[in-house]
Amino acid sequence: MASSIRVRATSNGDITEVQALIQHPMDTGFVKDAKGELIPAHFIQELKFECNGKDVFVADWGTAVSKDPYVKFSFRGARKGDDLKISWTDNKGGSDTITAKIA
Amino acid sequence: MMTLRPLATRRLILQGAASVALLGLGNLPFAPAHAAANDKYPEEAFKQKGEADAIKALYGRTAEPSDKVKLDAPEIAENGGVVPISVTTTLDKVTSISFFVAENPSALAASYRIPDGTIPGVANRLKMAKTTNLTAIVEADGKLYSATKEVKVTVGGCGG
Repeated sequence: MASSIRVRATSNGDITEVQALIQHPMDTGFVKDAKGELIPAHFIQELKFECNGKDVFVADWGTAVSKDPYVKFSFRGARKGDDLKISWTDNKGGSDTITAKIA
Repeated sequence: MMTLRPLATRRLILQGAASVALLGLGNLPFAPAHAAANDKYPEEAFKQKGEADAIKALYGRTAEPSDKVKLDAPEIAENGGVVPISVTTTLDKVTSISFFVAENPSALAASYRIPDGTIPGVANRLKMAKTTNLTAIVEADGKLYSATKEVKVTVGGCGG
């Protein structure tokens, strides 16, 4: 199965810019389906980025984060070719992990 | 019959213990020693309805407005389901950045932990139920600084 995580990490000197796009419904629990029944809340709670054994960015999310979430940040201390590990867990116990090379 | 009851209770306790253990395992990879001050998922803060309550639940104190917090959000969001919002700051020693949407069903939208070495800034996309204030809070050197902007929402983000 294709990963739910798409990530682009590019190093520019000392700074690495990371953009990530994750496929996830991010259901709020307030929306009704075609039958008029509430779709239960289903959302990513924690999204973590690790590089060289260190957390570089951790997101705690609620239901107000948009469907198929996007996030962008930058950090120092990594080089081209380093691994960036991205992992998320949602409120139903779902999870996914991917490791990307910094370009 | 007398022996059944304690057994049932014991089973419940065991089940409880099992689920606690599972939760513990689930959290284990996300509990590094060097994370920012608040290194657990702030469940309670996400449950709060109002902005003030959510800020209190997350940080336990209030923020002061600061022009060192630069909040970039659209004046008008045509689709409240996807509002691009970003924050940068010139403050030092930033440990976290959080976003609050005042009149969403739960005010806290997202909270980001910023470890040492990470540039204090983040761009993301949030849902907004209706026209309301959006507040970004930056925690720097143990103090809270905020920036607020009203975003007009023409189509709500909660399926409206």
